[in-house]
Amino acid sequence: MNLTLKIWRQKDAKAKGGIQTYQIADVDPDMSFLEMLDVLNEGLVEKGEEPVVFDHDCREGICGTCSLQINGEPHGPDRGVTTCQLHMRKFKDGDTIVIEPFRAKAFPVIKDLIVDRSAFERIQQAGGYVSVNTSGNTQDANSIPIEKEKADAAFFAATCIQCGACVAACKNASAMLFTSAKVSQYALLPQGKVEATKRVLDMVEQMDKEGFGNCTNTGACEIECPKGISLENIARMNREYLKASVV
Amino acid sequence: MAKSALLKSSLAKKYWMAFTGLFLCVFLVGHLAGNLQLLVSGEGARDQFNEYALFMTTNPVVRILSIVTFVSILFHAIDGVILTINNRKARPQGYVSFRPSTNSTWSSRNMGILGTVILAFIVIHLVNFWGEMKFGGLDNTMYTTANGDEVKDLYSLTIMTFQDPEWGLVWAFGYLIAMIAIAFHLYHGFGSGFQSLGLNHPQYNSIVRKIGVAFAIIVPLLFAIIPFYIYFVLETI
Amino acid sequence: MGVLDSKIPQGPLADKWVKHKNDINLVNPANKRNIDVIVVGTGLAGGSAAATLAELGYNVKTFCYQDSPRRAHSIAAQGGINAAKNYQGDGDSDYRLFYDTVKGGDYRAREANVYRLAQVSGNIIDQCVAQGVPFAREYGGLLDNRSFGGVLVSRTFYAKGQTGQQLLLGCYSAMNRQINRGKIKSYTRHEMLDLVLVGGKARGIIARNLVTGEIERHSAHAVVIASGGYGNVFFLSTNAMGSNVTASWKIHKKGAFFANPCFTQIHPTCIPVSGEHQSKLTLMSESLRNDGRIWVPKKLEDAEKIRKGELKPTDLAEEDRDYYLERRYPAFGNLVPRDVASRAAKERCDAGYGVNKTGEAVYLDFSAAFMRYGREAVATQHITNATEEQIRDLGVKVVEAKYGNLFQMYEKIVDEDPYKTPMKIYPAVHYTMGGIWVDYNLETTIPGCFAAGEANFSDHGANRLGASALMQGLADGYFVLPYTMGDYLSKDISTGSIPTDTKEFDEAEQKVRQQLESFINTKGTKTVDHFHKRLGKIMWNKVGMSRNAPNLREAIQEIKALREEFYRDVKVPGTADGMNTELEKAGRVADFLELGELFAKDALHREESCGGHFREEYQTEEGEALRDDENFMYVAAWEYTGEPGNAILHKENLEYENIEVKTRSYK
Repeated sequence: MNLTLKIWRQKDAKAKGGIQTYQIADVDPDMSFLEMLDVLNEGLVEKGEEPVVFDHDCREGICGTCSLQINGEPHGPDRGVTTCQLHMRKFKDGDTIVIEPFRAKAFPVIKDLIVDRSAFERIQQAGGYVSVNTSGNTQDANSIPIEKEKADAAFFAATCIQCGACVAACKNASAMLFTSAKVSQYALLPQGKVEATKRVLDMVEQMDKEGFGNCTNTGACEIECPKGISLENIARMNREYLKASVV
Repeated sequence: MAKSALLKSSLAKKYWMAFTGLFLCVFLVGHLAGNLQLLVSGEGARDQFNEYALFMTTNPVVRILSIVTFVSILFHAIDGVILTINNRKARPQGYVSFRPSTNSTWSSRNMGILGTVILAFIVIHLVNFWGEMKFGGLDNTMYTTANGDEVKDLYSLTIMTFQDPEWGLVWAFGYLIAMIAIAFHLYHGFGSGFQSLGLNHPQYNSIVRKIGVAFAIIVPLLFAIIPFYIYFVLETI
Repeated sequence: MGVLDSKIPQGPLADKWVKHKNDINLVNPANKRNIDVIVVGTGLAGGSAAATLAELGYNVKTFCYQDSPRRAHSIAAQGGINAAKNYQGDGDSDYRLFYDTVKGGDYRAREANVYRLAQVSGNIIDQCVAQGVPFAREYGGLLDNRSFGGVLVSRTFYAKGQTGQQLLLGCYSAMNRQINRGKIKSYTRHEMLDLVLVGGKARGIIARNLVTGEIERHSAHAVVIASGGYGNVFFLSTNAMGSNVTASWKIHKKGAFFANPCFTQIHPTCIPVSGEHQSKLTLMSESLRNDGRIWVPKKLEDAEKIRKGELKPTDLAEEDRDYYLERRYPAFGNLVPRDVASRAAKERCDAGYGVNKTGEAVYLDFSAAFMRYGREAVATQHITNATEEQIRDLGVKVVEAKYGNLFQMYEKIVDEDPYKTPMKIYPAVHYTMGGIWVDYNLETTIPGCFAAGEANFSDHGANRLGASALMQGLADGYFVLPYTMGDYLSKDISTGSIPTDTKEFDEAEQKVRQQLESFINTKGTKTVDHFHKRLGKIMWNKVGMSRNAPNLREAIQEIKALREEFYRDVKVPGTADGMNTELEKAGRVADFLELGELFAKDALHREESCGGHFREEYQTEEGEALRDDENFMYVAAWEYTGEPGNAILHKENLEYENIEVKTRSYK
């Protein structure tokens, strides 16, 4: 396949970036999207140019490092995958592909396609944990039975990979799906219930501070989420927060 | 902390949005119930509607509700504007290529525009009828009904507006456009309100969704039929 | 030999750890506040160590090259974590977990460490559940277990196919709690580029801020290296793209011995290589072997037809399939340990039975599992007169619930539906048992420098059992280091903070700067990846799944030559004073080019086959590994002397007092 790539290039956080166009030939449909960019970069470096930098690490869709807005959608046109699992067979010969960084005030661009997602870190630092020390004499793991359904729901919420696609897809750059997934995981488990009130208040406060937009329930986040994190989590957080605020 | 969080946080803004929005849905049903009386023809129609209008403007409970309605509309609009401004700020640099149509409905992304159209309609609508009724435009139409109540003749004003040979149909279409906007607004807003308040349960989600869609179609449709009925069907007065 | 003191406590095996904990020194809470600890790497080992040390009151600084501690490659571990809880009542115990691990490691692990690992394994599960890790549960609300390769009990706790993720998020949450308290300072997008020694003790690191390019000095009273394994020396591996040996290699060059570098695990169930541009390999959890059956065609001509696309695997009758693991190892069948399964796959493919275009793939088939689970479902749901198709559909649902995400991942990558046609798999480099030599306290040969998790060599011997990496990482971080480091740090209570404006820091920083500048200034003609790929090819072909002396000698020469070429001809664009991903890679590949040589040297010196190390010269007539306990029952710890080829061998003899050393048999 031969493709035209329109890629956002930006030297550093302060520089004004812009789209640059590259042609790439002989792309193998079995390549992953990032392998296609590897080939592009190999060529750029050989020419002595700086490669296009993008975040990536595990390349198996679990670490959540890779991002990229591809043709107007986070992680590209395929559903249920991260960019590193997106394969070139999803594109056609002659296609033009626009590649941009995730855009949000809370995700400033660091360089080219790399953005700073540390806002997510700070939201979790505000309360995304159970306050329990490592002692070696915590009560036995089976001492509190947990309904399988609840445990499974907590697990599904916890499969969020913190990639930021929800923010990137949302027209309001809202981080509700991410934050609610974290809140939900703990709200569903007896271990997390003890601190539930403080947790949800603190995490939402931090989320607001970071400058994310509001949720208008468009549902774009759920559709674009590579892990299929459900909107139910947002409703659960709304509920938890209301409870925490009123009671 | 708890109290201030309920006023200032992003979630609180959504609660208010949902709460006022859902309240206005209830209001719509009440309003529609009254309007449907315009479909009644014959002798008693005028008395019935005007008696109803009198009740609505004088009953203390209804008056409180109407104040709540006004406040809700105002709050819903102002809150909406604030949310929209915040949301714009959250992405100062937009995308070169953005394809939201692949992941969300048109109405869900255009609640602000739809809301603005609806707000404009509400202003015009109030000037047309409520203002006339309230601020003396109808004072010289007072008459006594069969029941012996002294009422303003809102009924005749309404019928004449939509039966106006030159402007009646224009008004009717104007109202139709507004109702289409309300339909799309409700199409997203109804379910969204439940979601924002955290009223979400896998077992009931699809029911809420279905009721929302039905509500978004039926209520505006009935509203929209009335002007056309008056223009085309109802005998002229 | 005197150099290596493993400091194993005296006394009976089961009492060693308890006694040791009672004997070692503690630091009082007020003094802990005056002590700084650096943790490099934030995976399960580093993250859990950082969180626990911070809970205790030490001032912790964590470093990771990723943009978040939670992205460390522990996150990719799929199958599960072992613990001797015996919740299933199937006869499990600390001793049995210890026994399985030592046996699985082919008797090349240190007894006392492994026993301690088994002893604390239960605590790990308790701790994780308390943190809110959502493990899989049964309908009764209690924790579920599955079985894993190389053992006869079900002791593996899991969270679908994302166990590593959930455990890492647990320890990340514990870290976040400490960051919020101000006890951990987390440096993300930072890479450690050297260790600083003051008076022979580890007293700090030089790190590069990967965003700004700034070279930073950080001091501490002790340094923990938990930076993972070095599988990426093969270029293609299941490791993350950024996984590297740099932190381990830098401390090796400063005096930490490197143990058993040739002990590398080749994981049997990975998605086969598809083409030249492949950047990494994807693992399919070993748990799939619980229900999947591995086979190749029985007849060569069938295999050939399949390779040409003339025949589909589903067309082949049962009697034309060779379930070679079940045939060779009837007792363990498809659940033999990883090294055995990998070699068996290679043996079949080398013999011409491979089933994909490259001839390097075997089938992992779930059709039997679909029917088995289907029949179970039919029975429990009291369905009468179910057709074969209905039974299969019900079975598919059960399998989907168990492994849905893995099947989906496979389909996305390969573009074939594994519910309809068997998966194709092939072994790939996955884990490195070798690593920095540590004593019982997990301290390296540099005082004050500790190594944990995959970065150290301690617990897995020559082969690691499935679901034991997560266990070891968390054991080291949650339950071992916090005690043993306290013992070391108790001598530092009056030291005060370590200044960074000393000549030791000056020198270390200067060296780091020089290396970075030299990469930029070489201005050669070939990219960093070019060299990395060539190194990977040498490693895979000559130091891979099976090794022999002539190949290893060649590899050593080739790696040396490649290293020289790299320094002469590498091309790194851009500058060092800003984000420069090529420069980052150059540093890592430079270290791999040195490690690769030591790796081959170690493999050459170990004239036996054991665990993941298979020397063709040393095998039984049936092709099984032939260990030489007489001459090689030791840990090979290498001391750096200026060139990897000149490393000096130190031996730590392994003594098995509580376990009978046998030939591993899974038949």
